[in-house]
Amino acid sequence: MKAFFAALGVSGCVLAVPAQAQSQSASSIYHAADAPTGKPAVIMGSMQPVMDQGKYFHGILNALEGRYNSTGTDLRWDGEGWYGTDYNKLWLKSEGTLERGRLTDGQHEALYSRAVSTYFDVQAGARVDLDDGPTRTWGALGIQGLALYQFEVQATAYVSDRGRFAARAEGSYDFLLTNRLILQPQAELNFYTKSDAGRQVGAGVSEIDTGLRLRYELWRKFAPYVAVTYAGYLAQARHIAHAQGEDTGSVRFTLGVRSWF
Amino acid sequence: MTSSSPVRGGLTRRHFVACAGALGAWASHTRPGYAAAPASGVVPQSSSAVWNLTVGRKRTEIDSKVLHAPCVEGSVPGPILRWRQGDLVEITVANKLKDEATSIHWHGIRLPSDMDGVPGLSFSGIPPGGQFTYRFRLHQSGTYWYHSHSGMQEAQGFYGAIVVDPIRPDPNACARDYVILLSEWTDVSPMDMISNLKMQSDYYVFKQRTAASFPKEARQAGSALKALKDRLAWSRMRMAATDISDVTGIIYTYLLNGNSPGMNWSGLFTPGEKVRLRFINASSMTLFDVRIPGLEMLVVQADGNDVEPVPIDEFRIGVAETYDVIVQPKEDKAYTIFAQSEDRTGFARGTLTSRAGLSAPVPPMDPRPVRTMVDMGMGDMKPGESMDHMAMPHDHAMMAGSGHDMAGMAGMAGHSMAHMHGSMGKPALEVDDPGPPPLNVENQNIAVMPIDRLGSPGDGLENNGRRVLTYKHLRATRKGADPRPPSREIIMHLTGNMERYIWGFNGRKYSESGPIRLKKGERVRFTLINDTMMEHPIHLHGLWSELENGQGDYRPYKHTIISQPGSRLSYLVTADVPGNWAYHCHLMLHMDLGMFRTVVVE
Repeated sequence: MKAFFAALGVSGCVLAVPAQAQSQSASSIYHAADAPTGKPAVIMGSMQPVMDQGKYFHGILNALEGRYNSTGTDLRWDGEGWYGTDYNKLWLKSEGTLERGRLTDGQHEALYSRAVSTYFDVQAGARVDLDDGPTRTWGALGIQGLALYQFEVQATAYVSDRGRFAARAEGSYDFLLTNRLILQPQAELNFYTKSDAGRQVGAGVSEIDTGLRLRYELWRKFAPYVAVTYAGYLAQARHIAHAQGEDTGSVRFTLGVRSWF
Repeated sequence: MTSSSPVRGGLTRRHFVACAGALGAWASHTRPGYAAAPASGVVPQSSSAVWNLTVGRKRTEIDSKVLHAPCVEGSVPGPILRWRQGDLVEITVANKLKDEATSIHWHGIRLPSDMDGVPGLSFSGIPPGGQFTYRFRLHQSGTYWYHSHSGMQEAQGFYGAIVVDPIRPDPNACARDYVILLSEWTDVSPMDMISNLKMQSDYYVFKQRTAASFPKEARQAGSALKALKDRLAWSRMRMAATDISDVTGIIYTYLLNGNSPGMNWSGLFTPGEKVRLRFINASSMTLFDVRIPGLEMLVVQADGNDVEPVPIDEFRIGVAETYDVIVQPKEDKAYTIFAQSEDRTGFARGTLTSRAGLSAPVPPMDPRPVRTMVDMGMGDMKPGESMDHMAMPHDHAMMAGSGHDMAGMAGMAGHSMAHMHGSMGKPALEVDDPGPPPLNVENQNIAVMPIDRLGSPGDGLENNGRRVLTYKHLRATRKGADPRPPSREIIMHLTGNMERYIWGFNGRKYSESGPIRLKKGERVRFTLINDTMMEHPIHLHGLWSELENGQGDYRPYKHTIISQPGSRLSYLVTADVPGNWAYHCHLMLHMDLGMFRTVVVE
């Protein structure tokens, strides 16, 4: 475990190499008149003329929703928050489902995020599966960003304190029906190398959570939506869940809000 | 509060009438910010060399948006300062703001750098409760403006007009003379804007392409497949063709002399007389397209400098630019001054009228422009672009984009032949060429074939059936003061990442860059290559920017130059005043997020 975090630390340092290195490597015949030098302009007083290194703080609830079907109503949330600069951020992510008074699928992450390219950040940190099931902890390393054709994607690999591996892939896309009415397909897939019956986890592809949400942005930061969602177990996990008398998967009519600050 | 206005007593009939006209317009919309101020837009009766100005916050409500606006003399815009060429002016600025420093920058005025009013570069700012006396001699005349250079004060109402009378008789003197100052008004704080844009860069854009707009696009494109392909191309680039303005009419009310469209600022005229209108774009994020339906405008001055008169129907005014136009309304009726924002989400509006109380129809806004591959720097595939030097910039741009070894020639791209003669016979220029910018966290695009767009009026104005001003039209009335060819060329790429909302030059923010150093007396060519898909009005403090627009020795002298998306342009600068000078995009949020450099003349 310690070794793993040490490795993460090293990768973090590698990622922290300033971006200028990239731009200077181009060619020796090029020279920028505004190249960074050891001789900056003398600043009078304490203030720089512009402050381009601001820190920002945002939180977003991608989903806060009730999922209905005949067997009952699940309450699900999926949110994240970040604090930091253009290059370095701290991300907190949390998701979970309240199912008949029982908290399931609770996954919470704390990640250091480093901007590495135009559209992508590399993220590293820890994940805790914390709910009414047995608790698991993982080290995490992944990417998050905007893929070609403007798909929002996240892909993260995990290694647990028991030496197991897992991965999660998430993607979503915003179709603008109008400037305020937006249709968003979204999917999340979880993979594990070994089964973990206590958490209804199967080896291989284990769970899927997907939805088609139609939201209306009353204002940018507040959008109620209606959706069709599906959460279910796949492959081996399906057998585990079935054996435990769990619901192995169902399509649900869903109402919720997306909101951020 | 000390009196700021030299307008007192002894009004001439002309000024009385003008005041009454403007007064009449807002008498029914009295608002606190204007209680003690003179009628907006009216140039003071005479110039004054000594001024006492007070900076404070004033509760101001326009269009139901209330803001405790930082402003000069309690009014938005601040008072019009009328000066005279040759005078040594002395302006004492008292900062009555509670806990913030302030400053005033005299935009476009040539002065010693310690009088330029940029905290950090010229001086250390005016602390709360403190005061500062600016003192400088005026070597120029024309229309200029002033604004705060501290924090975000400018975006909230801290700006005003400057009119400098020439010593020699003004060739463009008119019986009527109005300042038309365009700006924005919102109760959203600029820091909130930045924070929102960092999270979602199209936060304020509600005119995007949608499923609902697809049938219309398909009709315009000729087929659904073409429209779909275009959409996919943009989507693949992770950019939006509808990315025109970052901050829009969703939160802005556009103002003309501090008046919302509903308040309808009015200026009087007598049919048949000439009226001079001094347009100033004092907004922080908005380019305006200006016209007066039914009237031809004669452009006589740009950025304070006289130009050969150009008759036009419409012009685009970038943030911080000024244009003086003369109109001659002959009929006994009203005319609408119509200034629509580039993204067509709103407009500023006023009225020129022969009798108080009249108004004229307000035209509908034009369609919202759509960016094309030209804006991406993919070359000139569209009709209506600048044709004159198409082949030249094309070739040179290719060189620039592919690691050329003809550094000496690179500077000629986009120039007229006249300028080539200027530098052709000389030994190769020294060129500071950063090469194509890196695609990285801070830069999203490389204009592989930037073209000369000086002959284009700008996105959304091409082929609109009206005569629209272009930079190529501007021809100074006097020969340039410095006949020397440049001995050095500085190529700067304008770069940014819309998705992360980061802006800069050469793929770097201000904080990651060094100053641009010029030797005193040096003659330099600045070449701007715009790799972004937006316009950037680039302002160099303290030194003139002589735009190389094909007018030979009669280059227009400007202080702010719009660099069109996907374009390449150049201008000459004589570094004749030592000191630290700010050099930046005048879109305020772009400047503040990194599109800013220090130019050091030493």
